Amino acid sequence: MRVVIAEDSVLLRAGLVKLLTSGGIEVCAAVNDADGLLRAVDEHRPDLALVDVRMPPTHTDEGVRAALTLKRRRPATAVLLLSQYVEERYAAELLTGHTGGLGYLLKDRVADVDEFLDALRRVAAGGTALDPEVVAQLLARRRTDPLRRLTPRETDVLATMAEGRSNTAIADILGIGRHAVEKHVNNIFAKLHLTPADTDHRRVLAVLHYLDHVERA
Amino acid sequence: MTGVWRAVVHVLTGLPVGLAGAVRTLLVLPVAAVRPGALRAVAARRTAVQRGRFAALLGVEIPEVTAPGAMGRQVAFHLLALPIGVIGFAVVGGAGSAGLGFTALVVRGDVRAAAGVALLLLAAVSAAGLARFDTVLARRLLGPNPAEALAQRLAEMARAREQAVAAAAAERRRIERDLHDGTQQRLVALAMTLGMARGALPDGPARDAVTDAHQQAKDVLAELRGFVRGLYPAVLDDRGLDAALSGLVARLPQPVDLHVGLPGRCPPVIEEIAYFVVAETLTNATRHAAATRIGVTVVRDRDLLRLAVTDDGAGGAAVRPGGGLHGLAQRVASVDGTFRITSPPGGPTEVEVHLPCGS
Repeated sequence: MRVVIAEDSVLLRAGLVKLLTSGGIEVCAAVNDADGLLRAVDEHRPDLALVDVRMPPTHTDEGVRAALTLKRRRPATAVLLLSQYVEERYAAELLTGHTGGLGYLLKDRVADVDEFLDALRRVAAGGTALDPEVVAQLLARRRTDPLRRLTPRETDVLATMAEGRSNTAIADILGIGRHAVEKHVNNIFAKLHLTPADTDHRRVLAVLHYLDHVERA
Repeated sequence: MTGVWRAVVHVLTGLPVGLAGAVRTLLVLPVAAVRPGALRAVAARRTAVQRGRFAALLGVEIPEVTAPGAMGRQVAFHLLALPIGVIGFAVVGGAGSAGLGFTALVVRGDVRAAAGVALLLLAAVSAAGLARFDTVLARRLLGPNPAEALAQRLAEMARAREQAVAAAAAERRRIERDLHDGTQQRLVALAMTLGMARGALPDGPARDAVTDAHQQAKDVLAELRGFVRGLYPAVLDDRGLDAALSGLVARLPQPVDLHVGLPGRCPPVIEEIAYFVVAETLTNATRHAAATRIGVTVVRDRDLLRLAVTDDGAGGAAVRPGGGLHGLAQRVASVDGTFRITSPPGGPTEVEVHLPCGS
């Protein structure tokens, strides 16, 4: 797998290069701003761009905007955004129209090396990785709508699912049986009026599209 | 002694300066009805010249006046300055030069030298008196009257307060930025390094210690993240109040009915105060009042930003000196907003805040 990194902190950029390299991932370029990112992606055609949200020159939402540009210009390139805080608004903007090959994680998550690399590979493979905190925020806003009809356990399952986990992983994380997870998932789809799909990825897409729809409504 | 010389020079220069002022003023006075701007410009220019003369020769500061009503008084002064200048020049110049002439007779032993000394004294005394009179007149006519002085002082204080509020806000942003770009990045790098170290270590005490250190680093990061966002939510700058409040509400443990209707943006200081009002009242509602239903409404009504936070909690909240609500009320007052809370024991609590939101 080939990755381009955009991160303006020198220390963290070096750390990320080391981390990815140690995980057997090729880092073709490590740049410090959004313009550099777009150029590097054009030049190297990586599988994934790992992007910091706040970068020069304004240190606000450069990464979010670069990710949207990238997704428009090269939909096949996966983008994983990292940020010191996750904001529901950025998530909603990112998820409008693009859900495949997209990730939005708190920077803290890089500390859990294996899980972070898992998430990165999942996104590179066209999957989704949303930070549990983003998911919690997205769900919190929607407690007044049909999601309110979900039981707490079903909400847990949906939240874990939105992070891009498979049924087996959900069962492990929540400490319940795989069959119980399948039952919850079917209930969730029934309550949300969604037709269950075959793969994990399409399932996440369906959920996110639903969330996105509510966001705009 | 230098005071007398200064007064003498002041009175003597009163003639040419007064003459120039009166002539220029008289030239534009007849056309003042059709070209009021010309008269205003002349009055302002001559007032500046006179203020400079008082400051340089007498060390007297005539306060500047910005009120438009002061122009008539200033015109009067510039017209009066001519006769005053003539009288001053005649009395001080005449008595002074005559006095000098007679005093010179002392070398011939002429007794009229004594009269010369008396004339010099008269010149000095009248110069001091005329300078004092001129000063009083200038303060009255060129400077602000008491009402204008008060209005000017108020405007200055309002400006100073605005600057203080903006400076405090800028300082919070700077600290947020410093922590974000420095401390937080370094901590992430540290936690990442510890994570990699843990992965590379075999089971044993070393791995256990690194695992602990790793966990501690992550805990500090989470704590710092909460603190830094509380200091200043960066999303407020680039996405505005709606987005910042959405994020705030979404982080709360219970549902909040949030309604934001905001066409356009308010000034940054106002958005920030609005954000912190909602943040603090939501904290009160969830933490202290144990509310189950919370509503937040933020709407813009022309030049007014109206915030309302209601909850069905325990009530009994009051603005106490040094308390959180007191701090909020002060922050709201610092931009001429209004803060109102009704919170009877047993609830419900309603906080209503109006902030100016002129563009």
